Amino acid sequence: MALVATQDTSAGKQVYTKWCAGCHGDNGAGDGPAARHMIPPPRDFTGAVYQIRSTANGQLPTDADLLRSIDEGLPGTAMPGWKNRLSDRQRRDVLAYIKTFSTFFADTTQRPQVLEFGKEPGGGTGAEALRVGRQFYDSIGCRKCHGDQGRGDGPSAPTLKDDAGHPIFAANLHENWRFNGGPTTTDIYHRLRTGLDGTPMPSFSDLIDQKFLTETELWRLAEYVRSLSPGEPPVVRDVIHAPLVTRVLPRAPDDSAWNAVDTYWFPLVGQVIHKNRWFAPAVTGVWVKAVHTRDSIALRVTWDDRSASPDSAWLGHLGRVLATVQSDDSTREQPALWPDQMVVEFPVTIPTGMERPYFLMGSSSGPVYQWRWTSASRSAAVAGLARGIERFDSLPRGGVGARAVYDHGQWRVVFTRALASLDTASQLPFRSGRAIPVAFFALDGSNGEHGTRMAVSTWYFLALDEPVPARVFISPVLAMLLTLGLGMLVVWRAQQKTSYRRQQ
Amino acid sequence: MNGRILSVVGGMFLLTVCSKGDQGNAAAAPAAPPAPAAPATSDPSADGGTITGKIKFTGTAAKNPTIDMSEEAACKAKYPSPPTEEVVVAGAANALANVFVYVSAGLPANAKYQAPSTAVVLDQNGCRYHPHVLGIMVGQNLEIKNSDPLLHNIKAIAKKNRGFNVSQPNAGMTRDVTFSAPEVMVNLECNVHGWMHAYAGVRPDPFFAVSGADGSFSIKGLPPGTYTVEAWHERFGTQTATVTIAGTESKTANFTFAAH
Ligand code: HEC
Ligand code: HEC
Ligand SMILES: [Cu+2]
Repeated sequence: MALVATQDTSAGKQVYTKWCAGCHGDNGAGDGPAARHMIPPPRDFTGAVYQIRSTANGQLPTDADLLRSIDEGLPGTAMPGWKNRLSDRQRRDVLAYIKTFSTFFADTTQRPQVLEFGKEPGGGTGAEALRVGRQFYDSIGCRKCHGDQGRGDGPSAPTLKDDAGHPIFAANLHENWRFNGGPTTTDIYHRLRTGLDGTPMPSFSDLIDQKFLTETELWRLAEYVRSLSPGEPPVVRDVIHAPLVTRVLPRAPDDSAWNAVDTYWFPLVGQVIHKNRWFAPAVTGVWVKAVHTRDSIALRVTWDDRSASPDSAWLGHLGRVLATVQSDDSTREQPALWPDQMVVEFPVTIPTGMERPYFLMGSSSGPVYQWRWTSASRSAAVAGLARGIERFDSLPRGGVGARAVYDHGQWRVVFTRALASLDTASQLPFRSGRAIPVAFFALDGSNGEHGTRMAVSTWYFLALDEPVPARVFISPVLAMLLTLGLGMLVVWRAQQKTSYRRQQ
Repeated sequence: MNGRILSVVGGMFLLTVCSKGDQGNAAAAPAAPPAPAAPATSDPSADGGTITGKIKFTGTAAKNPTIDMSEEAACKAKYPSPPTEEVVVAGAANALANVFVYVSAGLPANAKYQAPSTAVVLDQNGCRYHPHVLGIMVGQNLEIKNSDPLLHNIKAIAKKNRGFNVSQPNAGMTRDVTFSAPEVMVNLECNVHGWMHAYAGVRPDPFFAVSGADGSFSIKGLPPGTYTVEAWHERFGTQTATVTIAGTESKTANFTFAAH
């Protein structure tokens, strides 16, 4: 292969030591200094077990497979893509070098053989095709791990481990932008054929070989899985627009009034600033909708969470998480039945300039106003002031309502409050006309998240939209007519002038 | 030479450390005088020596966890009362089943053994593996079959062999696999059913056995020589003994593990 000819493992070693060893370890054993902070942990290259392959289950990857993982990284994990950071030459050199960590690559009997995948058959997006796909999703047992609705909450999900015994989540099939091997139907189909070696996700190729399923049927399943995620990965829009509704405020999470409201997505990341830091958050983002009436606001926060914590079925997973992720403390914590939590944060008053309090729960001198909800008391939320990550003082007469639904791996919580505030010194009064900073914090108790271990967002904005006054609709028309009229006038005048000049 | 057992000691030493590696914990007896070099052989002579023994344990083993099969009605229906895992399967008088016993050293270095053409069968039935522990030769077929009308994935976690992870959602599905290198043990597991574990001892020779319900085992057809015999148990670890075979005789190697 031409690829091999250009590979140089001593140059590869240099690249490796500089860019990869921090995670993958000097000897490729997946034990670099950063390794104990992440789930999934960096790959141990000594076993030559690779997830993303074009080869049959249990086989070695091809160089092209490895190069793809190095170029693109593995979305949804700490493994970054290197296409834009390293030259072609460097990436090939490091590829050759990581192969030297395992004797399997030297073994000539282990020639990787690319599977015959075929092409996606036509007609895959119609309702009938998706129905067929869904049928096989149920009948061949995907739901056991990935759950009825595909959010990674199946009955076997809490017990899953990778080959090394580390905890592993069944992928949330609604977030294809986090699939390790790529988001497309073809990527999904390839993963179903090859499995993700080293993880519980098996290969389904035998079903085709033994005629339990046709290739088309497995493609239909891949298409169904693809249909669970949005057409495009969500993009962040900074300002949540809360329209004014004339009817009653939708307090229930599944009130049909929510269907008409625009939804906003915000990514969450681990809290890695304060001790104890947290690099392995379970909640990856929130979907937010908001509306207001003349006197109240309702904010619906939706997020995927595989467990309605506390749930003792997840204690094993929780123990594995605590054992895998190194804590900033020297002592390892004992698993406990922690609840899920959601925190919505605002400044205490609407800032007039660009100045905002510290996003990570304020500070002792600059508190932030928060709504805190926990799954331990689902239909209640506490309002209070946070003065830094460790200090929260609840406010008497907080006046925040909450209603929650847990449904197949998803929480939907509606927070409600009066727009006016009884205590303007500490409780933000909501007003239209100005963008109100807002931030979100999520904790999955079954993933060991409590205290400072959480997923955080940065500041975004909430805007209470005024109904567009009637004259606003008219004035543009008027303005247009006016401009048009003026234009006509100018043209006419000009023409007059020309003709006048000509006449002269 | 009367072929007395020069040493069967491993069993006398109680294990203190739980270990699943292939490092024996028990000290072996003083080495036997070197036996005359055995001729290399391609097939174990039917009339070679035999090592038999009984395996038991002392102390009280923790109760095997009961399996909650409520998610799998079809499996649950196969049992009159809830089944348990098979971590420690004990017979009468603390006899220990499911111990993989094999000759770990002493065979002529240049000996090559042909893998039998018959397959070893691993059946997934009632959401448990049958057998729970098996021995197999390098290159010999392992036929994995599903007798349950539901999804099992069977995953092999190995170091010296390539692992695999294939799914069998239908009853009647089979998959043949072979292992290319000796390895004690290759772990087999189902991730749909976290309680399903099986272990395969992969050997380059046919001198291995798995202890039965009464704790007994027998390894036949050994050429004359001095052998290290290792006994592996999934929970209690490993023990070794040294046995010298001089002719077509039968020697005894008993092992006693300490429950922990
Ligand atoms: C920030 C930590 C980090 C760094 C730096 C890093 N990796 Fe990774 N890498 C990971 C993690 C985590 C995984 C495992 C992801 C998983 O199991 O899903 C991984 C997996 C891999 C895989 C396995 C892909 C597969 O198919 O299973 C390859 C190959 C790889 N990394 C190569 C590299 C190379 C080459 C470099 C340096 C240029 C590098 N990595 C740098 C964290 C890192
Ligand atoms: C035994 C449990 C199990 C079963 C059964 C299972 N999966 Fe998975 N699946 C997983 C796990 C665990 C992962 C995550 C692997 C990782 O994070 O590296 C995963 C990952 C995935 C992914 C993401 C692939 C990627 O590139 O990251 C898709 C898509 C998927 N599974 C689809 C399916 C479908 C469809 C089925 C049924 C045909 C199925 N899975 C059956 C456990 C399972
Ligand atoms: Cu199973």
